[in-house]
Amino acid sequence: MSRPDRHEFDVAVIGGGLVGAAVAWGLARAGERVVVLDEGDVAFRASRGNFALVWVQGKGLGLPEYAAWSKGSSDLWADLADLLREQTGLDVAFRRPGGFHLCLSEREVENRAHMLARLHNQPAMVKYEYAMLDRARLKAMLPPVGPEVAGASYCPLDGHVNSLRLLRALHAGMQQLAAAYLADHVVERIDHLDGGFRLTTRHAEVQAGKVVLAAGNGNARLGPMVGLDVPVRPQRGQIIVTEKVAPFLDHPVVTVRQTDEGSVMIGDSVEEAGWDTTVGAGVVSAMAERAVRMFPQLGRLNVVRTWAALRVMTPDGFPIYQQSVSCPGAFVATCHSGVTLAANHALVLAPLIARGDLPAEQYGVFSARRFDVPATA
Amino acid sequence: MFRRLPDANAAMIAVTIDGRAAQVRAGDTVAAALLSAGILASRAADVSGAPRAPYCMMGVCFECLVTVDGVGNRQGCLVPVAAGMRIETQHGRREAGR
Amino acid sequence: MTDLRETYDVAVIGAGPAGMAAATVCVRAGLATVLFDEQASPGGQIYRAVTTSPVKRGTVLGADYWVGGEVAQEFLASGAHYVPGATVWNLTREREIGISVAGAAHLLRAERVIVATGALERPFPIPGWTLPGVMTAGAGQILLKSAGLVPDGRTVLAGCGPLLWLIAWQYLNAGARIDAILDTGANRAGAWRHAPPFMLSPYLLKGLRLLLAVRRRVPVIANVVDLRAEGHDRVEAVAFRTAGGAEQQLAVDNLFMHQGVVPNVNLAMAAGIEHRWDDGQLCWRPVVDAEGTTAIAGIAIAGDGAGIAGAEAAQAYGLLAGHAAVRALRPGARGLAPEAAVRARLKRTLRGRAFLDAYYRPAEPFRRPARDTLACRCEEVTAGQIIDTVALGCTGPNQMKAFLRCGMGPCQGRLCGLTVTELIAQARGVAPQEVGYYRLRPPVKPITLAELAALPKNEAALRSVAR
Repeated sequence: MSRPDRHEFDVAVIGGGLVGAAVAWGLARAGERVVVLDEGDVAFRASRGNFALVWVQGKGLGLPEYAAWSKGSSDLWADLADLLREQTGLDVAFRRPGGFHLCLSEREVENRAHMLARLHNQPAMVKYEYAMLDRARLKAMLPPVGPEVAGASYCPLDGHVNSLRLLRALHAGMQQLAAAYLADHVVERIDHLDGGFRLTTRHAEVQAGKVVLAAGNGNARLGPMVGLDVPVRPQRGQIIVTEKVAPFLDHPVVTVRQTDEGSVMIGDSVEEAGWDTTVGAGVVSAMAERAVRMFPQLGRLNVVRTWAALRVMTPDGFPIYQQSVSCPGAFVATCHSGVTLAANHALVLAPLIARGDLPAEQYGVFSARRFDVPATA
Repeated sequence: MFRRLPDANAAMIAVTIDGRAAQVRAGDTVAAALLSAGILASRAADVSGAPRAPYCMMGVCFECLVTVDGVGNRQGCLVPVAAGMRIETQHGRREAGR
Repeated sequence: MTDLRETYDVAVIGAGPAGMAAATVCVRAGLATVLFDEQASPGGQIYRAVTTSPVKRGTVLGADYWVGGEVAQEFLASGAHYVPGATVWNLTREREIGISVAGAAHLLRAERVIVATGALERPFPIPGWTLPGVMTAGAGQILLKSAGLVPDGRTVLAGCGPLLWLIAWQYLNAGARIDAILDTGANRAGAWRHAPPFMLSPYLLKGLRLLLAVRRRVPVIANVVDLRAEGHDRVEAVAFRTAGGAEQQLAVDNLFMHQGVVPNVNLAMAAGIEHRWDDGQLCWRPVVDAEGTTAIAGIAIAGDGAGIAGAEAAQAYGLLAGHAAVRALRPGARGLAPEAAVRARLKRTLRGRAFLDAYYRPAEPFRRPARDTLACRCEEVTAGQIIDTVALGCTGPNQMKAFLRCGMGPCQGRLCGLTVTELIAQARGVAPQEVGYYRLRPPVKPITLAELAALPKNEAALRSVAR
């Protein structure tokens, strides 16, 4: 891995997580000369702390276009998995068996049913199959559930993947396509020059025709340098991982899934805790309790790891995809569902960035201008 | 493998090892008791299934995992034997619920 | 555990010499003191089973071991609340401690916490080290001390370090058979510049007597540069090569390996205590002052967990850490042992450590093994795979862990972490300090979901998971 001082690239992608790596891989496949600038070994890295779901159900209340975007990515995901396996030999274990959102009380069932009804009644909402299940139907479909589970919502489009292997595959894939990867290159400054951008890091200066901000929570600092407002904030989520066990759960549940390696992941909390990634016993206990109520056979399993990661959260929870007006060629791509959206990022968004334009018809709704308070309000 | 020093005698207690009756020395840990009974490999490795046996005897290597009284993945070197204990070596992955 | 309180003045973690000394001092000064230890009886590892050992003949284990019995008796009689069989799975900056005892988890708090979790064996990765029948020398010693078991059949010891010679001597005293010692020590010439203080230390005579006694009765093969454990389902032979020599093989039933001990850092690191790479001891050591005080208010580290110095030094450091806790919580307390004498004894004890560290420095091929050697036993990741992630852009163990799962197993890096840091450092051409270590978090030892689920939760915690 060389450390150049000056380089000419078509696109510089800031951020080597799931969003940055997917975009960079897609750009490299589209024939662009790509450089990825990433942080060092210890960094906030939402990509190392996600739940690895490729999830459709329940998304898009308030922005039906997001539901279509998520479903579209889920539908494309098998293609992404196949392409990565063909290219790198790595199987990211993508499975789409359908997923469940379990409810532990009648009130939770009602809330869920109402929310989904409102979601699917939105005008221009994409149609897809989902169902509210009562306990009897749920038990028939998901035998391991415990007696306290009152019901669930189910969607056949939901699935999961080995997200760490996905990150590794995207990195291996993009480097096989001659993308350059510079670790430990935190971008301190971006200058918009004639025809391109100059990125300054501690170690080097990099020049590229376009720049993509895919730095997660770091985008808030970088955005203004290229005329973009990126209102993201960290939102903590904690996760529990158990020891490996024989397969017992092949459908992902939104807060419990068994990985292809055999371990069981349990999540996930939603906390506004700033930049603090300390794991808290109270929250971990609350997650453990819900998981054991859902699947009592989990009770005896040993927890071997916990972590807390920082989601990248916009004010409404929906992604921001936008090209800068004042600095054309500068793009931002940020979301908190980097796994689900990896297929779209790699196979749909990246080619558009290569072309230099995000069509307003599809992407206008994802622009951060939606957060601007109208002057008359 | 291992033999007991002649003056290290103590009361013997009855347990079962993989369903068979066995006498083990009171005060031994489960891992020591298995070694003393001539059982070396107590489990199979998670990834490859290769046989594994105790390595550190002090609770840091996690190789000595055995099922004790129906509960899987107990560190044998940290569990003292008790009368009537059911000790089982582990083959394949632990089952959720066991 | 009905008599466990929710708060204590002092919580000591670990019942080795440092922990026992610290707890004894604190409780005698009138502080409400609790000591948690994972084992069923006190002594830690160095004095393992000292109150229960079936090996009654004093000459087998040696006088240095039985000294631990006095320390343990004093501790047991001191009145400290002693909780054996307790796993400590968490320690926060706010000094909240998570323990698990008798199948139930508890949270409690202390004004002062003294972490005395001691050391563990340095990883010794060689091809075949996961074969049944390959154990650490420490494991052999534990089986001897706690169960009166000695190896039967063809037995070889391999590696370097004082403990290797000690266990050989103890085995011979017990009448066990040792077929050979394969000495992997190298580059000894450089150690002699540290010799003068060592010559004046108590180690010299003790060490020499032991070494000579062993060498009289066991063939010692020096300058071993290559080691492999071979066998199908268990170890059947050890293959080795000496510097400039041809490959040889010895049939074995038991292979004991040892190349020194290193601090057991998991709890201290998970608590957020800064550690730095020590190139003399080739391990991570916490940043502490002379009394074990860390940068986290109220948390101190005493004993080998702060740097390998042996049992006597651990006891002295435990006493000093205990004194510091007493002075903080009972400023006017009297009756503390005069520190000048303790510090003088400590100084004498530490004399010669530099020589031992240099003389027994583990050799490079056994710290950074060949590509096809397993580095991570839990997830079965080889040294070659780790080195290759550096080419993929990983600059440290955490990104590498994300790519390979190395370090994600139940041992939480205790058996692979040092190997990984050194492999990545070499591949990158930088110092280990720059590479860093795994980011460790609770639980530092496994705890069941049911136990976790039963812990108290406040409103904020419940809200954060509500759906």
